[in-house]
Amino acid sequence: MPASAADIARVFREESGRATAILIRHFGDIDVAEEAVQEAFVTATRHWADHGLPPHPGGWITTTAKRWAIDRLRREHKRDAKEGVATALLDIARDENDHPMHALPDDRLPLFFTCCHPALARPAQVALTLRLLGGLTTPEIARAFLVEEPTMAQRLVRAKKKIKQAGIPYRVPDIEELPARVEAVLGVVYLVFNEGHTASSGDDLVRHDLCDEGVRLARVLALLLPDEPEVLGLLALLLLIDARRDARRDPSGRLVLLADQDRARWDLSQVAEGHAIVRRCLSINRPGRYQLQAAIQAVHTDAADAASTDWHQIVQLYDQLLTVDAGPVVRLNRAVAVAERDGAQAGLDALAPLPLAHYAPYWVARAELCRRLDRPDEARAAYDEALARSENQVERAHLTRRRQSLPRPH
Amino acid sequence: MKQYLLAVHTDFSAPVDPAEMQDAFAAVEAFNKEVMDKNVWIFGGGLCPPASSTVVRPEGKDVVHVDGPYAETKEVLGGFWIIRAADLDAALAWAKKAALACKNPVEVRPFQDEE
Repeated sequence: MPASAADIARVFREESGRATAILIRHFGDIDVAEEAVQEAFVTATRHWADHGLPPHPGGWITTTAKRWAIDRLRREHKRDAKEGVATALLDIARDENDHPMHALPDDRLPLFFTCCHPALARPAQVALTLRLLGGLTTPEIARAFLVEEPTMAQRLVRAKKKIKQAGIPYRVPDIEELPARVEAVLGVVYLVFNEGHTASSGDDLVRHDLCDEGVRLARVLALLLPDEPEVLGLLALLLLIDARRDARRDPSGRLVLLADQDRARWDLSQVAEGHAIVRRCLSINRPGRYQLQAAIQAVHTDAADAASTDWHQIVQLYDQLLTVDAGPVVRLNRAVAVAERDGAQAGLDALAPLPLAHYAPYWVARAELCRRLDRPDEARAAYDEALARSENQVERAHLTRRRQSLPRPH
Repeated sequence: MKQYLLAVHTDFSAPVDPAEMQDAFAAVEAFNKEVMDKNVWIFGGGLCPPASSTVVRPEGKDVVHVDGPYAETKEVLGGFWIIRAADLDAALAWAKKAALACKNPVEVRPFQDEE
């Protein structure tokens, strides 16, 4: 059965990161690896459209890409590539004889550490991870982050050049460095998801491609580092937030807050998976910021309706989270939970000292609490501050409606 | 093996606490011994203040001499090491020790590879 374009696109998303990682290990050159995998997919698109998907598309892609890279390096007579060519040839021979195609090695972990190396700036880390491990094209990444395509292309070129010139290694860091380096990788994946979940600007509330990619990268990491509780914590956190994706908008595209969401529209299998991972983290008992945030989300998704949410437990979890991250954003979220537990005035008191005047969610929380305390003038002013700091059109529409629904000034 | 420059950024105009400076001297000496013992050292040394420098600038077929540093910035090159290291991670680990020893920021820059 011939393969559809959608089938091929799906295979590309699933397999390109793995193939790219294997090629980088062989040839030690990111550009050669990228180009080879790209070419292999061009060949695949032609071949599979007629003949259908092979039994192991990933193996097919990897072998085709290796052949292409070997041809190119031979043509160019690259001296330092000789060794890579030799091992790749051996590998192909082994693939074709006794090595089953589906038992491909997984070289993605060292590639994660290269892409998220602390010597690279955060935007470069994100772009490289999406490009090399996510298999997103440069135009796709540029669109996702609302930057011009040449800007994103240049960012990627610069980052790859730095990796090469500065000698950023392609390996899993030593044990004493590992925790900090894992945290950098998790930070990148979280940022990808978060940018998708609350698109900081634009017409759509959610950028589905980035949400999907964030969850997918977290899954890959959990596969590669199955004993790191923070990796599991991040996966659970993303699953539990993402499970509510469809319920966050009503049929006309308006924002629906957690308390008002139709819980039947949550992705219940994703909720169950997230809860199971949170339970596993609890049994490992080495809490960290992502696990605690996942636990907070689990309390939310555990409640049959908003009114039965266990706010005592949520405030307790925020207190625990403050011991690993005492930043103002965590304190803001805790203040909102305190308002639910102890009343709006207590929440407002907790909010008051936070240095977050530049941050739209701070003003939204303030506006909602002032509304509850029957202080419409202050609420109106806070909505204005929030609107001045939000560039997402769906969020802006929501805030404008909330502002208009306040009682008229006397 | 790659070669890296570890450049120390120093503000020569900042007030100096003699005890702290003594501390830094001792620590740098210990660091130097370690890089030599581990065969990482290629070259290194501290520089005199920028007021001691002379810039030789090409002009046509000749040059002109300019008294003083090339750029008027507060933080200038105060000293440097050249080391060999397998990769950036190894170089950064040495730079961490260097920065903590000399109590100044250390910039890590790779040398161009010999082709």
